[in-house]
Amino acid sequence: MPILGLVPLAIIWFGVGEWPKVFLIALGCTFPVYVSTYAAIRGVDLKLVEAGQTFGLRRWGLVRKVILPGALPGFLVGLRFALVGAWIVDVVAEEINAQSGLGYLINQAQSTDRIDIMFLCLAIYAVLGLLADAAVRMLERTLLAWRRGFSGG
Amino acid sequence: MASASAGPAILVRDVSRRFGDRDVLRRLNLSIGANEFVALLGRSGTGKTTFLRILGGLDPEYEGEVLVPGRRAVVFQEPRLIPWLRVLPNVGLGLRPGGSSPGSGSPKHRSSWRGELRRQSLEALAEVGLASQARAWPVTLSGGEAQRAALARALVRDPQLMLLDEPVRCPGRADPHPHARPAADLCARHRPAVLLVTHDVDEAILLADRALVLADGQIRLDTRVTLPRPRDRGDHGFTTLRFPACSPNSAPRNQPRERRREYGPGGKS
Repeated sequence: MPILGLVPLAIIWFGVGEWPKVFLIALGCTFPVYVSTYAAIRGVDLKLVEAGQTFGLRRWGLVRKVILPGALPGFLVGLRFALVGAWIVDVVAEEINAQSGLGYLINQAQSTDRIDIMFLCLAIYAVLGLLADAAVRMLERTLLAWRRGFSGG
Repeated sequence: MASASAGPAILVRDVSRRFGDRDVLRRLNLSIGANEFVALLGRSGTGKTTFLRILGGLDPEYEGEVLVPGRRAVVFQEPRLIPWLRVLPNVGLGLRPGGSSPGSGSPKHRSSWRGELRRQSLEALAEVGLASQARAWPVTLSGGEAQRAALARALVRDPQLMLLDEPVRCPGRADPHPHARPAADLCARHRPAVLLVTHDVDEAILLADRALVLADGQIRLDTRVTLPRPRDRGDHGFTTLRFPACSPNSAPRNQPRERRREYGPGGKS
């Protein structure tokens, strides 16, 4: 189901204000993260799980030391998708239902023919998107240092 | 599967394992003494790895009786280091206070146990010559180094039984056994019972006290290797031993009933 179809419903449920946006964005982020994390856990190398078992890891130890870290790359991919989705939902939610915020500004600018304001808002969106992506990349670099063998710290 | 504390390191009675309608192991019997270094030979698909996995406790779906020591360690065909743990925690993986060696049974403070674990892991790494790589990520190790780290991970457990699944292969090198020597030296020092699974007859004769040949799901040949150590491939005894051992038609010893039947080469087990 397209998440944006829920916008009117969210407004009815949560009224006008911050909460429908929080609800929609949370919902929009859950699925990409869930799907990719699930796939990543499924894809954890069974040989490593087996090695962990032979060397005495029990259930919780296996989850903590082998399965979750093994699923981390997939989780981070999901996180990046989720961020993209979050922006989309945020923009739409703000344009439809808000008294402030960038989407609201764009809408106002449209009705007053202020293309300059619209471009400024779009530029801010772009910068924020890039920043969010950079944050996840940084997270990847720190958490996945083992992949390329950075010495880390 | 029971754990034996004294007597033979491995006691296997009538063990069978089927995959679908293919009998990989058929009422296999074997006993290996403590401190014995045994090489298990056989063509690929004969169930060597299947047997090793049963002994390692990785395959519960067998029939028969298997007695192995509680402290056993496996070195797999590939190193299987956990890539997101540095070398040192890989070596200490899964070790628990009091679980690894008989001396550490008394309850200790958690942090002092950590220190002890660290010390033991470093010691094991030093033994395989990798102490300087303790903080490295596994991906930065060479194939040989990774295999040695895997060996350290097995040794740190002070095992009564070491199961080596062709861990010494290193294709594309001039010397095909660059890691066999350290493995053998270390086993000589620690004296666990060793079961080395291999299809390399030379390697078996170089390293083992006893060589077994697995075919048709049973031990078809069980012979002692009495050559003096250190052994060399040029020795006279080496060549004489080599040929009966690699012939698939060698007279089955240790082989009561069950006539020999030829099977086509099966899939990988």
